Amino acid sequence: MSTHYYETKDLEDFPNIAEYASKQGEKFFAYYQQATGPGVLTEREKALIALTVATVRHCPYCIDAYTNKCLSLGVSSEEMMEAIHVGAAMTAGDVLAHSTQMRKIIKKKEM
Amino acid sequence: MTSCEQLEILNNIPLNTPFHRKIDAPLRAESIDILQMNIGKRCNLSCKHCHVEAGPERSEIMGRQVFEKSLEVLREHQIGTIDITGGAPEMNPELPWFIREAALLNRRLMVRTNLAILLDEQYKHFIKLYADSCVEIIASLPDYHEERTNRQRGNGVFRRIIEAMRLLNERGYGRPGSGLVLDLVYNPVGAYLPGAQQALEHEYKMRLKREHGVVFNTLFCLVNSPIGRYLEYLIRSENFEDYMSVLNTSFNPATLNCLMCRSTLSVGWDGRLYDCDFNQMLDMPVSCSTSSHIDDFDFRQLKNRKIVIGNHCFSCTAGAGSSCQGAIEKLGRQ
Repeated sequence: MSTHYYETKDLEDFPNIAEYASKQGEKFFAYYQQATGPGVLTEREKALIALTVATVRHCPYCIDAYTNKCLSLGVSSEEMMEAIHVGAAMTAGDVLAHSTQMRKIIKKKEM
Repeated sequence: MTSCEQLEILNNIPLNTPFHRKIDAPLRAESIDILQMNIGKRCNLSCKHCHVEAGPERSEIMGRQVFEKSLEVLREHQIGTIDITGGAPEMNPELPWFIREAALLNRRLMVRTNLAILLDEQYKHFIKLYADSCVEIIASLPDYHEERTNRQRGNGVFRRIIEAMRLLNERGYGRPGSGLVLDLVYNPVGAYLPGAQQALEHEYKMRLKREHGVVFNTLFCLVNSPIGRYLEYLIRSENFEDYMSVLNTSFNPATLNCLMCRSTLSVGWDGRLYDCDFNQMLDMPVSCSTSSHIDDFDFRQLKNRKIVIGNHCFSCTAGAGSSCQGAIEKLGRQ
C-alpha cells in the first residue's frame, strides 16, 4: 500500500480515470482535448492558463503536467512565474473582495 | 560512459513494456532514401545534450577513402538525400571537396551545422560554399531564449548563432524564393519532451524576427535521445527513470511506419553502417553481417534489413514522434 496520497507515477493513471463510468469519461476527454488544444487562443497561452489554475487549485498532477507542457512549448521561467502571480493576485483579490460581506454585516450590526 | 555501459543502463531500466515488446513485428527498412554520413566527432562546442559526445578533443574523423566509397555508392544508386552530420562537419578537412563532388550528383544535399563555427575565420568560407552548392542547412538552436541556449551549448553561443543566421540571411538563406533552405532544430534544454512543432515554429519565427531580425524556413522538433551526455545528465539530475517512463507512456504506434531508420542508412566516420546516428553512438551496427561497412555496400540486402532496436528507440516514437526531419506525424501528413 502506498504511503503517500500523491505520487509522480499517479499521473500515468490519468488516461484511466474514465474507468467505472466510461461514457462520461469519454465525453470528458473529448471536452478536455477541445478546451486545452489550440483554438482562438494558442496552445501556449492555454498552457499558461492551465498552469495557473493548477497552482491555484493546488493540484500536484496538473502542476507537473503543465509545467512540463510550458517548458515543452518554450515558455520561459519568468513567464510561468508571472502567470502564477496572476493566480496569486486573483486569489488574494477574491479573499479581500469577500470582506465586503463582512464589512456590510459590521456596518449593519454596529451602532 | 562507454557504449556498453550505456546499453546496460538502457536495457535494465524497469519499464512497463520494453521497446521490443511494444512493436507487433520486427521493424524492417523499406528503402534507402537518405544516406546520413557522420563525418566525425570533432566539434568546436561540447554541448551538454550531445548524444555523439562531440568536442574539440575528439579525433575520430572520416577519411578520404570512406568519402570516396560513399560517392561511389551514391553514383550507383538512386539515394535521394545526402545528409551530412557530425560533430561539426566543417572540422573535417575533406568536407569542401566532398560538397563539390556531391553537388554534381544533383541530390538533396544537407549539412547539419552548429552555425557558431561559421563565424570563425578558418571556417567562414563555408557560407559561400554552402550557398554556391545549394546545400540545405540544418542548424541546432535549442531555444529562442539566449540563457537557455547558452546553458546547453556554452556561453556566448546564442549570439554567435544569431550572427551566423544574419550572414546566411544576407546570402538568401531562409528567405522565400531564394532556393536556399535554412532549417532550425529545437531540442529541449532539460528532461522534458518538445511541444507541438507547429506551435513552436510559430513562436520561433515571431521571436527571432522581432527580437533579432533573422528568418528561417522550418523548425524541426527533436526528442533528446537518452544516449551520451544527455544520458549522463538524466542520471546525474535523477531524471532518468521519469524521462524513460514519460517516453514509454508517450509511445505512439502511428509513428512506426515513418521512423527514419526505415528509409535511412547511417555511415560512421570509419565507414561502418548503422540504422541511425543513435545506434551508431551505441555501437549497434546494421543487422546485415555481410554488408556492415560502406566497402561492402549491398543495396539489395540493406534496403530490407531488420532494424536493430533498443529502449533508446522510445525517443523516436514518443508523442508526435521524432526524426532528423522533426516530428514524424507532421511528415506523415505532408
